[in-house]
Amino acid sequence: MSVDLHTREIKPLRNTFTHTAKYVGNDKPASRYQEATLDTQPTDNFHYRPTWDPEHELFDASRSAIKLADWNVLRDPRQYYYATWTMARARQQDAIESSYDFVQSRGLVGKMSDAVRSKACEVLMPLRHVAWGGNMNNSSIGAYGYGTPFTAPAMFHAMDHLGAAQFITRLGLALDEPAILDAGKNDWLNTACWQPLRHYVEDTLVMQDPFELFIAQNLALDGQLYPLIYGNFVDDHIALQGGTAVSMLAAFMPEWHLESARWIDAVVKVAAAESEPNRQLISGWLKTWADRAQAALTPVAELALGTSGVDALQEARDALDLRCKKAGLIA
Amino acid sequence: MSNVFIAFQDNEDSRPIIEAILADNAAAQATYPTGLVKIDAPGSLVIRRETIEELVGRSFDLQQIHVNLVTLSGHIDEDDDQLSLSWNN
Repeated sequence: MSVDLHTREIKPLRNTFTHTAKYVGNDKPASRYQEATLDTQPTDNFHYRPTWDPEHELFDASRSAIKLADWNVLRDPRQYYYATWTMARARQQDAIESSYDFVQSRGLVGKMSDAVRSKACEVLMPLRHVAWGGNMNNSSIGAYGYGTPFTAPAMFHAMDHLGAAQFITRLGLALDEPAILDAGKNDWLNTACWQPLRHYVEDTLVMQDPFELFIAQNLALDGQLYPLIYGNFVDDHIALQGGTAVSMLAAFMPEWHLESARWIDAVVKVAAAESEPNRQLISGWLKTWADRAQAALTPVAELALGTSGVDALQEARDALDLRCKKAGLIA
Repeated sequence: MSNVFIAFQDNEDSRPIIEAILADNAAAQATYPTGLVKIDAPGSLVIRRETIEELVGRSFDLQQIHVNLVTLSGHIDEDDDQLSLSWNN
């Protein structure tokens, strides 16, 4: 007796969920990102209004002054949903782990001069607290924002900030004794050059409009802080003076900044393009917060880079303005 | 003209690769035998890293395609930026 094995192909009748097909059509299978993200925001039949905010529904687009006909337009060009985001970050974590192995097995930290090592600690340690502020603020965007395409990547971004804070902590422990973390906190709380930045971070912590918070934290502050500190200070200034180890151990931050900038730019670009009032709101927020961030970062830039700090910060500001120009926020 | 072809497992990872190939090769045709995506193209076919990167929105190492690559035919010319298949006749 012979047995014939046949393969039989069964074509699915529908390629995706109806609510996803509404956005991407049903002629080919939707991607996981699309299925996990589009139109998954709860919109109707909420029970009671929250007692802590009776003006709004539990999920309410009117928490932001930005008006969009459909919040599903704010897509993430990186197409991160939980799985792709964790896999990307796991790869980066592995890379950093091998950098730590490399630096520690060769004693590279001991080969740096004390001056460079303490300079790196002095500038980087208080930034743990800035990164933690970024974590809180992006959690807030995730909680009070509207539409999963906007809020889900904000939550990923919050955890990325936490990761950045942890990398700074770990860097401190690799460069010095654990007391360096307390010294950094003490600088953050008491040293004059950090106070304008601390004031900025603390003011954003109580900001109500999730989209304004997005601009103040992710675009205005991080858009200048990361190029200044990780571009100019760590990768150029410190590395040139024999501190390559610091730049290896902090490699996640500039890489992540470049990657997430694509998402941030895409969000503001689409929101601003939807209507003139949106564009004016966003560019108004941007002007206010970017000016203030630049002022708050000035003493930090001087601490890090001395007299050339102001120029380096201006370069970072010009780069931010260029990004905003490309996104159609400023003429 | 003879066809070159390349086939990938039909999964989420291959998806941007397939889309990039179809975008870069106007004559390419995708078919979906069970579990696979097979792309046929007359004469030659190219996979470009840049196109894939645009679709996934982040950097992409072209060697990653080999995880899901099942089979191919044609002479291979490969570097960091592209992989092309062609017949030299």
